[in-house]
Amino acid sequence: MTKPLDNRAWLLVVPVFAIVAFSAVLPLMTVVNYSVQDTFGNNQFFWNGVGWFKELLDPATDLGGRFFAALWRTLLFSAIILAIQVPLGIVVALSMPREGWTVALCLVLMALPLLIPWNVVGTIWQVFGRGDIGLMGWGLNRLGFDYNYNGGVIAAWFTIVLMDVWHWTSLVALLCYAGLKSIPDAYYQAARIDGASRWAVFTTIQLPKMRRVLLIAVLLRFMDSFMIYTEPFVLTGGGPGNATTFLSIDLVKIALGQFDLGKAAALSIVYNLIILAVCWVFYTVMTHAGADRGVRGDPAAGEAPDHAVPPATTIPLDRRAA
Amino acid sequence: MARITLDKLAHSYKPNPSGPGDYALKEIDHVWRQGGAYALLGPSGCGKTTLLNIISGLVTPTRGRILFDDDDVTGRPTEARNIAQVFQFPVVYDTMTVRENLAFPLKNRGVARDVIRRRVDEIAGLLDLTRSLDRKASNLTADAKQKISLGRGLVRPDVAAILFDEPLTVIDPHLKWQLRSTLKELHRRLDITMIYVTHDQTEALTFADTVVVMHDGAVVQAGTPDQLFDRPAHTFVGHFIGSPGMNVLPCRVDGALATVEGHPVTLAHAYPALDAARVELGIRPEFIRLAPRGAGLPVRVRRIDDIGRARIARVELGACALSAMAPDGVALDGDEASLSLDPSRIHVYADGRLVAPAGAIA
Repeated sequence: MTKPLDNRAWLLVVPVFAIVAFSAVLPLMTVVNYSVQDTFGNNQFFWNGVGWFKELLDPATDLGGRFFAALWRTLLFSAIILAIQVPLGIVVALSMPREGWTVALCLVLMALPLLIPWNVVGTIWQVFGRGDIGLMGWGLNRLGFDYNYNGGVIAAWFTIVLMDVWHWTSLVALLCYAGLKSIPDAYYQAARIDGASRWAVFTTIQLPKMRRVLLIAVLLRFMDSFMIYTEPFVLTGGGPGNATTFLSIDLVKIALGQFDLGKAAALSIVYNLIILAVCWVFYTVMTHAGADRGVRGDPAAGEAPDHAVPPATTIPLDRRAA
Repeated sequence: MARITLDKLAHSYKPNPSGPGDYALKEIDHVWRQGGAYALLGPSGCGKTTLLNIISGLVTPTRGRILFDDDDVTGRPTEARNIAQVFQFPVVYDTMTVRENLAFPLKNRGVARDVIRRRVDEIAGLLDLTRSLDRKASNLTADAKQKISLGRGLVRPDVAAILFDEPLTVIDPHLKWQLRSTLKELHRRLDITMIYVTHDQTEALTFADTVVVMHDGAVVQAGTPDQLFDRPAHTFVGHFIGSPGMNVLPCRVDGALATVEGHPVTLAHAYPALDAARVELGIRPEFIRLAPRGAGLPVRVRRIDDIGRARIARVELGACALSAMAPDGVALDGDEASLSLDPSRIHVYADGRLVAPAGAIA
């Protein structure tokens, strides 16, 4: 059989190329273009080479100092978010019912926070945390805590982290739940027969079977938390001081507040590369963790050496019928 | 090592079973001898797996008791029962090596490390897994994984019985033979009770010395392959075992004479008067001879199937369809032929159950 080969088939990918070009490549190139130029307005641009990048990556400069401060803040935020949401999501998924009408109820309740727009979430928590009319703020103050997310750094971080946990833990939980549901009953039955403890069932069956969905969950939560903008912007506006000014907030301040297009573009590109690099690290580490170093699908595996001839057991019925 | 006794066991998946139709497993009394190789044979949905899961403790029966020797284990959980089970799909712990997989049941039970090592090496030797011991279990072939599942049962020295739930379903056909002979061999060497669930009569008859046939939630017959073949206790057994299965013909029985479709058939024994809604005569195709038109039951031949080792004639006697052996070289004149039935091989069934001839011990 000959395979029909026709190079005109490449034309079929043209629409995809066009869409990707206009939606991603061209805008990105504009950013790259800005990042190597300087402007004083009037749509007049001057070549600046890698000047902005040098300034950005040098902590001694004003821009560099700002950038690294915001970067550490954002990384810390992502680390806290992952450290809370991933274990919490797993625990929630493990304690969800497996069958019955409560499953649907749980799923709907868990999906609700995911459906609320980011700025609405920010507003909800802004009100919720207020000392005068907000239930949480008022309650905490009545309990004797000095809680004011506009004044205290700890209070601001606490509120933002709590808000994000409320908003996104169910995503991790739902992903883990899907992973758990895909484990056949026979695994649990075999574990019972083998006398495995609850903890052993978790570490030897459930966690390995959830690895793929956990990878997705970690990647999504890292990217989302690392790029978080709307919620802290609505809640604290980056304050008090610069305490909750994450990279994205700083980026918007530079780009739209100061209209430093060159600096903002350089920051955007570095920001983007950091996300790509961290995601690559997560992906590589998590897909290689627990993978076998042995050869895949070795046909000799576990095969009896001298059993090529079927054993001399005859079927009684055949004997009779012959 | 134990004798397993099922005492008036019944199970329903419904919370409040009312009629017999609600029971997935109707009342069963059965004793599994220590060291026996059993097959639990029946079509899908007949309750085989339910029975297996009750023995292993994954399911608690609605009624009745299970005894291991004289020890009532009915209420005891699986982990306290010393039972091993191999499932349809191979279950291995993906993150562990083969060695860790085999050691897992012992480790969970707090066995000393050097005892575990010795036992694992021994079992790996039996199952021919020694070369793969330090590989990740997740990368092995399906049959090797199934051996690991089996090995996890075998490492426990005190295991009362090993239960197999259609363990060869996902194994390549040419490896099925190997694995099945491995099982046979292990059974001979280790003297462990094995109960093997399957819907494949070939698997059942080659593996087991006692085949327990289930139908519609009940055990209809337990016996050696020979007994199932020679004296099926139920028309279902006759039909399910054998290929093709037993011919079952509605008839009227009058002493030692049966009438099928208006034709007299001589029986080897006289039967008492039967008071049943359905009286049938059963005879295996192997004991019917097809001959050219002449003495015997006049039949019409529909077709002759050559199944390799024999030729089977599909014939019609009035409204009844039958199968019969067509001897080599039989010359038929048109589609008309006659059948001669071996009277000593004819069984009479009343409402599906075998009837003992008058004066015989049932």
